[in-house]
Amino acid sequence: MKFKKTEETFFRWLMILSTSVIVAGLLLIISSIIYKGLPALSWEMLSQTPKGGFYFGKEGGILNAIIGSLYLSVGATFLALLIGLPVALYMNIFLKKHNRIVNIIRFFLDLSWGIPSIVYGAFGFTMMIYFGLQSSLLAGMITVSLFIIPIMIRAMDEVLKTVPIGLMEASFSLGSTKSETAFKVFLKQCFTGLVTAILLSFGRAIGDAASVLFTTGYTDNIPQSLGEPTATLPLAIFFQLSSPIPEVKARAYASALVLTVIILIISISARLLSKRYNKHKIKF
Amino acid sequence: MFRRLKDKLTKGWMIFCLVVVILLPLFIGVGLMVKSSLLLEKHSVWNLLFTSSWQPLEGKFGFLPFILSSLWITIIAILISGPVCLLSAIYLTQYAKSFVLKIMHPVIDILAGIPSVIFGVWGLLVVVPVIARISPFFGSAGSGYTIISGALVLSIMIIPFILNILIEVFRAIPEELTESSLSLGATRWETVKYVLVRKAFPGIISALGLGISRAFGETIAVLMVVGNVITIPHGIFDPGYPLPALIANNYGEMLSIPMYDSALMLSAFILFIVVLVFNLFSRFAIARLERFY
Repeated sequence: MKFKKTEETFFRWLMILSTSVIVAGLLLIISSIIYKGLPALSWEMLSQTPKGGFYFGKEGGILNAIIGSLYLSVGATFLALLIGLPVALYMNIFLKKHNRIVNIIRFFLDLSWGIPSIVYGAFGFTMMIYFGLQSSLLAGMITVSLFIIPIMIRAMDEVLKTVPIGLMEASFSLGSTKSETAFKVFLKQCFTGLVTAILLSFGRAIGDAASVLFTTGYTDNIPQSLGEPTATLPLAIFFQLSSPIPEVKARAYASALVLTVIILIISISARLLSKRYNKHKIKF
Repeated sequence: MFRRLKDKLTKGWMIFCLVVVILLPLFIGVGLMVKSSLLLEKHSVWNLLFTSSWQPLEGKFGFLPFILSSLWITIIAILISGPVCLLSAIYLTQYAKSFVLKIMHPVIDILAGIPSVIFGVWGLLVVVPVIARISPFFGSAGSGYTIISGALVLSIMIIPFILNILIEVFRAIPEELTESSLSLGATRWETVKYVLVRKAFPGIISALGLGISRAFGETIAVLMVVGNVITIPHGIFDPGYPLPALIANNYGEMLSIPMYDSALMLSAFILFIVVLVFNLFSRFAIARLERFY
């Protein structure tokens, strides 16, 4: 009897310990990035492109990478939305009665979600060579959008799945077509959830390095057109960190802080958004 | 009439998108296979996978060091994060009060959202120096850029991924099972040990399988801390050179050396196949588990 009690307590503490390890891990990561990045961060870094001798510790900033990353992720998220939203709607309205087919589609989406981003990058690169494209903003956008499409669809699917069938039937009985139901009823009902899904995919797009390594290239300028190579934040961090010069390394930490802050803003606003703004939602 | 047309057009666009999305993994597989077939024609698969001499200039492509490094790192990472995830998943679904859940949900979400390059920076700042400090005790030169550093960074990265699946697995188990076990006089922990874990066993295995496939393909974070030395690793304090790092490090010169691009595409293809197989089995097991309840 005594042993039972001891065992219970022991494992209970072990569980609490491992849960705290996870929290501690997150805090450790964020605090070490802040600790190293904050001293090196300056307004100059955020507002200027690299000047001559930037990679030897001279003047300049990472504006090219910040703008480049934003262009790339906005473009990629937009492309993914064009393909992802119709698929998610189709699965939950047109195929509502065909559970088997929907489950098979989900299975395929989960498979493509599992493919590592470096494989998407390598695939994007071969396609680029095949079509004779240079590494450019456009090639990066397409590759990243391929990579986030399954993530976006699955996230939207989870939201659309919760709409009760009664709402759909009510819309049909009033004479609207299926696509009208999709875009006028479901879209409004799930608006916040869908925006959260988009933000989530945007966060994925801005943080991924392996898929853009091959396809976007790197440059010190802010891109003026889709055909130009583009710098991205993850690669800016990666390249600056491999330099032996301490000033450049410090800048890498500051860039890491910038990226972390962007990601935190995205994930916190997604969280807040999913709690508020349910104005058009019909309650059941 | 116009509404009908609009409906038809929308439906057509939706089906087109759906077909594209479904065919995407197939396209990727076929594309990589075609690209790597050049190398596969000249060398036998056995030779490529199980020899360790990597000299692209002389046309020698032995993938063994890369494959072994990837295996070492993945297995150690899963050994570290598997138990942690299992214990916290049990805690969060069976024991925890609601305020703990309120803290843990955002923590898991944020951890899942942190980009891999940030994990890499953290690895360089914290993990590598610590490992460099302790590795002399284990009879190693002590640069800190080792298999174990990569595995540690990786194990934190895959925690949110595995934990989310495990929590869903435990939530899927009907409440009645727990309640009947408790009403028979079993303690909480006995219920967990004899009822829950046994019932969830296929789910736990699939969660770990998905974790392995995620870990196997992780690139930048591991690449930054693992040393990238082409040797067969003999212990966890040796440097390694995993497959994704091979692709990422050499894309620049791959078009200038014959067969080199084909070799890199083959390593992408190996990654693709390994990840696909693990995913296929795990997802299948989870799907069956869901139907079972």
